[in-house]
Amino acid sequence: MSMLIKFIAVSIASGTPILFGTLGEIITEKVGHLNLGVEGMMAIGACAGFMAGMSTDSFVIALLAAFAAGALSALLYAVLTVTFMANQNVTGLTLTIFGVGLANFCGYYAIGKSETGTLKLPEGITSQMRNVNIPGLSDIPVIGPLLFSYNPFVYIGIAMAFILWFYLHRTKTGLNIRAIGENPAAADAAGIKVTKWKYINICLGGGICGIGGAYTIMIINKGVWISDCVGGLGWIAVALVIFASWSPVKAIFGSVIFGALRQLKYYVPAAIAIPGAFYDMLPYLITTIVLIATSIKMSREKSQPQSCGINYFREER
Amino acid sequence: MKEEMKRKKKEPLIRTVKRTELSQGKAVVLRIAALFAALVAGGLFILAIGYHPLHVYKTMVSGAFRSKLAFQGTIKVLIPLLITSLGVTLAFKMKFWNIGAEGQLIMGAVFASYFALFQDTLPHWLLILLMLLAGMIGGGLMGLLPAYFKSKYNTNETLFTLMLNYIAFNVVVFLREGPWRDPASPGYAKIARFSKNAQLDKVFGIHAGWIFAIIILIFVAIYLYMTKRGYEIAVVGESQATARYAGMNVKKIVLRTMFLSGGICGIAGMIEASGSAMTLTSGIAGGVGFTAIIVAWLGALNPLSIFIVASLFSIMEKGSSVVESTYGLSGACADVLQGIILFFVLGCEFFVRYRFVVRKERGARA
Repeated sequence: MSMLIKFIAVSIASGTPILFGTLGEIITEKVGHLNLGVEGMMAIGACAGFMAGMSTDSFVIALLAAFAAGALSALLYAVLTVTFMANQNVTGLTLTIFGVGLANFCGYYAIGKSETGTLKLPEGITSQMRNVNIPGLSDIPVIGPLLFSYNPFVYIGIAMAFILWFYLHRTKTGLNIRAIGENPAAADAAGIKVTKWKYINICLGGGICGIGGAYTIMIINKGVWISDCVGGLGWIAVALVIFASWSPVKAIFGSVIFGALRQLKYYVPAAIAIPGAFYDMLPYLITTIVLIATSIKMSREKSQPQSCGINYFREER
Repeated sequence: MKEEMKRKKKEPLIRTVKRTELSQGKAVVLRIAALFAALVAGGLFILAIGYHPLHVYKTMVSGAFRSKLAFQGTIKVLIPLLITSLGVTLAFKMKFWNIGAEGQLIMGAVFASYFALFQDTLPHWLLILLMLLAGMIGGGLMGLLPAYFKSKYNTNETLFTLMLNYIAFNVVVFLREGPWRDPASPGYAKIARFSKNAQLDKVFGIHAGWIFAIIILIFVAIYLYMTKRGYEIAVVGESQATARYAGMNVKKIVLRTMFLSGGICGIAGMIEASGSAMTLTSGIAGGVGFTAIIVAWLGALNPLSIFIVASLFSIMEKGSSVVESTYGLSGACADVLQGIILFFVLGCEFFVRYRFVVRKERGARA
């Protein structure tokens, strides 16, 4: 029993960086832009968050820096795809290569400048990142470890998912945004400021991805800088968007499942000899099956926003 | 006056209009200007961290050519990049967003490796030919799968091919840790090195992959510009409705082209396994499939320009390792520079197709 609880808790934490990437990508795709730069934006966020944490020793400032850097890199994408109408796939991929390269470059440079040859966040900030421990609540059996035992990112992520769900599905702005993603020309004709909302959502999405990047370096790598710290989580996040059928709340559950898949191999008894690669492949395999299934069923609600991937040019007929 | 205000409110200060076809020469000049601007921007970045940009650039270029060995290294980087870029070009011409070159390359390498590992007693030429064929089929099937679902159920090909990359990657990890694990290496799981018989021959000191690359370059150029099938690809890319109206079998064209596109990427995988790595590793593709998409786009889907861009990228890739050892800067600077270049060129593409119009005052308009 305690093993199971531990497994669930670990899965939730393990899915959190993916959740951030997915939430960022969902609100980007909702305005009709497929940004394949999630991995790159996460890397830039990780780098900026880490460097800000190093120099200020403040967790909040590190998070803000990660958000700002992610948003800034998304702004680059937005300028190119919204205003300059460049191909979204190519721009996104470039952002990934550029972002991961830039983060690795800056990290390498900073290590070169340091005296010890390693980069590690100071104790002041790492103590703030540790799992919360609320006296009384965290000690309750079952509920304690399941609800009150995580690092702050987990709570931020889940709260953010609900806020985004409310934003997209319960506000007028959200309705407008979804309209832009489905049919920008109709939205434009209805007087919705298409360009403005595209910019806002893409940048917001990039910022959220940036926070996910900060998670990889602060929690997964325990505040020690390494190259390629995001390590493909950004791509799993893109997969999760499909799995969660573009819904922020479903993304929470999806992230727990994907997180569990990432941890499963450490918990399955060695006697059951399923190759480790199989677990790593599962998120992508499941996503592919979901992708095919929704396209066969032609379910409009569970598929990508209609105009996703296509740039909008007002004067195009 | 009131009317003036109203009009002003309605018409944005700057708006975008489509250009009437920009002349070929002007478009090329614009792109070269973008490339130059990108190098300046990259230079400013280098300057900001306290190095002399021209020295770093010079080291990068000379690093790729400084010795025979370095030059051979540059070509070795170029071979898979060029072939893969040509592969995705076929799909992109059809506006089929094949983001799965990485997976197709890997699968090509896996299929070819089967023959290299388990049929290596065959005569050398037959074995190489079989591996080449297997590589093409492996990559081709990886391309065919999303094409089938796209043409039958309109399944999103961008996301599908993207997912297949990671599935292919994990297939290699599975083979490495399971059935194909080299029993001779007990500690660290890896796949056995290919026997000499299964390795590509060296021609002028570089594995024969460069000959394949040249053949594929010529093949793709002819296929695209001089055959009926190439023309069909272009028509389907422009408008599927037109293609159907002209009596083309769109589904067949999509399937055939994607098999070919994936197949060419698969050949790159076979060459990497047999000529460069001499075995199958999980890093056999190492991001080439993604870089190839950028190269194909920068080369405007034109085989000759793709060759030039791929060469430029290979020089940067190889030269950056020399920059790393000389200046202590990370080899990732090649990625950063490539990114900056593409950002600028993507930006400039806009000015090839569109232009900004600034709102005119009333007097000027009349």
